[in-house]
Amino acid sequence: MTSGSIRHHGIRRAFTTLTIGALALFGGAAQANPHSWQLNLTRGASTWSPVPYHLNNISLAVCTVIGLLVFGAMFVAMFRFRKSRGAVAEKWSHNTMVEVVWTTIPVLILITLAWLATTGVSSWADTTGSQMTVKVTGYQWKWRYDYVDYLGKPVAKVGFMSKLDQQSDDTRQLDSGMDPYAVKVGDENTYLLNVDKPLVVPVDTKIRFVITSGDVIHSWWVPATGWKIDAIPGIVNSAWANFTTPGTYRGQCAELCGQDHGFMPIVVVVKSKADFASWLAAQEAASGAPAAAPQTAQVAAPAPVPAGGQG
Amino acid sequence: MSYAATHDQHDDHHGAPKSFFQRWCMSTNHKDIGTLYLIFALTMFFIGGSFAMGIRAELFKPGLQLMQPYFFNELTTMHALVMIFGAIMPAFVGLGNWMIPLMVGAPDMALPRMNNLSFWILPFAFILMLSTLFLPGGGPAGGWTMYPPLSLQSNSLAYVVFAIHLMGISSIMGAINIIATILNMRAPGMDLMKMPVFVWSWLITAFLLIAVMPALAGAVTMLLTDKYFGTNFFNPGGGGDPVLYQHIFWFFGHPEVYIMILPAFGIISEIVPTFARKPIFGYKAMVFAIACIAFLSFIVWAHHMFAVGLPLGAEIFFMYATMLISVPTGVKVFNWVATMWGGSMTFETPMLFSIAFIILFTIGGFSGLMMALVPADFQYHDTYFIVAHFHYVLVTGALFAIIAAAYYWMPKWTGNMYSEFWGKVHFWCSVVFVNVLFFPQHFLGLAGMPRRIPDYNVAFANFNMISSIGGFLFGASQLIFVGVLIHAVWGSKKKATDRVWEGAKGLEWTVPSPAPFHTFEVPPVIHDDELAHGHADQ
Repeated sequence: MTSGSIRHHGIRRAFTTLTIGALALFGGAAQANPHSWQLNLTRGASTWSPVPYHLNNISLAVCTVIGLLVFGAMFVAMFRFRKSRGAVAEKWSHNTMVEVVWTTIPVLILITLAWLATTGVSSWADTTGSQMTVKVTGYQWKWRYDYVDYLGKPVAKVGFMSKLDQQSDDTRQLDSGMDPYAVKVGDENTYLLNVDKPLVVPVDTKIRFVITSGDVIHSWWVPATGWKIDAIPGIVNSAWANFTTPGTYRGQCAELCGQDHGFMPIVVVVKSKADFASWLAAQEAASGAPAAAPQTAQVAAPAPVPAGGQG
Repeated sequence: MSYAATHDQHDDHHGAPKSFFQRWCMSTNHKDIGTLYLIFALTMFFIGGSFAMGIRAELFKPGLQLMQPYFFNELTTMHALVMIFGAIMPAFVGLGNWMIPLMVGAPDMALPRMNNLSFWILPFAFILMLSTLFLPGGGPAGGWTMYPPLSLQSNSLAYVVFAIHLMGISSIMGAINIIATILNMRAPGMDLMKMPVFVWSWLITAFLLIAVMPALAGAVTMLLTDKYFGTNFFNPGGGGDPVLYQHIFWFFGHPEVYIMILPAFGIISEIVPTFARKPIFGYKAMVFAIACIAFLSFIVWAHHMFAVGLPLGAEIFFMYATMLISVPTGVKVFNWVATMWGGSMTFETPMLFSIAFIILFTIGGFSGLMMALVPADFQYHDTYFIVAHFHYVLVTGALFAIIAAAYYWMPKWTGNMYSEFWGKVHFWCSVVFVNVLFFPQHFLGLAGMPRRIPDYNVAFANFNMISSIGGFLFGASQLIFVGVLIHAVWGSKKKATDRVWEGAKGLEWTVPSPAPFHTFEVPPVIHDDELAHGHADQ
């Protein structure tokens, strides 16, 4: 069979294409928030977020190579074995050796991918050793964040609702006559990706998120963390993130939750540890006021202890 | 003998009844019922397509211009329900109805009256479901997956559940009929391992239908009792579990995905050998791969649920099982390419659609493999990457196969050749615009755009506009198809021969074109050389 030579050509071509493609695809991947003409996943901004990014790139490369080989062979066949070029059909319809080869090779590729993915998901599932816990509750159509503990100490009554910012909300109304391109924070367009009160967390801290819902199913997704997880009533899911760079990271609800599903963004502001500590102290001081938000009872959070020593 | 019984119902068994009502509403003829199914599917395709046009129009640019978010959600929900249950599935049943008896040498389906019932349930089911759009409470807007608790907030739940029950009954009856026909009514000499791959694919699909439609019926009935009868299957406040619904739903939903693609595999496996003028490569492997995929489809359902917080062991199990599916699927693609290799190919419209199917379905398969990897799926899940993926496997997969089949068998149905020129115009428009429509959606998903949202940040504007333009043009291109169909039925002067295609093999090409109202009233004598797979050692 002549397919051997075709394969070699295919591989060389695949590499050239890959190199060119890789530049186009992965050049702008450092940014954590979506930008125009973005082609690929973000690398994220947490210790774990490169895992899906690399898996995505590796599996895409594998698929591209296989695709070029298979489609290449097909196009060669379509060119060489045309009736209009006088091709006469051959009679064979079976070749055990070839069949064994093209069953075995994919299995080997799959084992490699499976090994990488298994390692990745196992490290994701390990929420032990976290230094901070934040409880996230989804509501139609906003999020609630409750700070449970930080560096081994319970946090007193710091919790708030976080919903779509006013400017986006005004602009997004049907026939508002307002321009989505005008919704900006600094240079960044934040239309539908900004909230009135963001979640604030410290950098370089393993944060455990415990996630649930007060009504229907939502899904808490900040691409910079590398994961999303559903917020389900009656169930508390957990996941963790350890942000490596201070900054503002934007995400959205990722599970259809009713009419305003598209309008409940998530914003995480990652601060340095010192800045976070002073922010938290200010929040705790403010929450001493009687109008503190009621603690939802889904998670058996430790009873709020007067935390005099923090700050 | 069952076919003897069919004889007795026809006073005049050489022609169709003259009265319109008698012929179409009371039909027990597999060809007429097949035609009804196909016309119904085409109608639903345009209704579902018009919903898609609405979706793409709203997503044309950022900001809400045309509709309230709730109506947008109704459109996405209805688009999916209509396309899946109204267009793709009935189209395959219609093709099966028309072609399976012709391909196995049977005079009709095994249960002709049930065949009539299983079709005529469908229009009523869809009238019921679509009517909700005009009712004060609005249509279903919780997604076609109807996840509780959201779906329990809908006022039209009872309508949709009842419509789904009807569709399920129709599907199960259709499946029983197909199994009974294939297992009991084959002409002597048509051994199982000599059957066309299309017949094999439908046999296996029918078993999938019987296995999983009751699971869907059960799941939606539980929704109904949760909403109206005070049960708490899915209500955590009463000790229920919303995730339970997802397990039951996807136990139906994943095999459902293969219900919509296995017959497509069968169609492609008929068309490629015909136009390559060479027997299909690895017939046994093809049949085995279909069976293998069908089996695996039962143990992968939770890959739709990687983000619900499954235990680590479950994530890993469902990841491995899902990845395994790519092996038999890969074998099928390799075998189609090997069928072309060394052939003598011509590129009529059915072949063009089949080649596009192989390439574009494979692209959908690639993204499927990528999202099997749990950590990557944490990013892909519920984004436009998923939307792109399943439209590649369902539009350029299932739908392209249906269109290919329509062009392939149309001369046998109508007795006329369709216009090859306009068929090719339809093909090139479709294949270009469908990629303009769906390929940019991969980028949108990777950049972080969630699915099922009516409005988006301006970062997603460029690709959404490209996608919408592709969508409108793809939609418009399908009107060419209607033109080709109308021309082929009523306008075409070019008569089809019995064999139609030079390389066509199989019993369906031994009957005249158009196929007479009754065929194979006497079982045909089968010569192995006439069959595509007549020699069992292949």
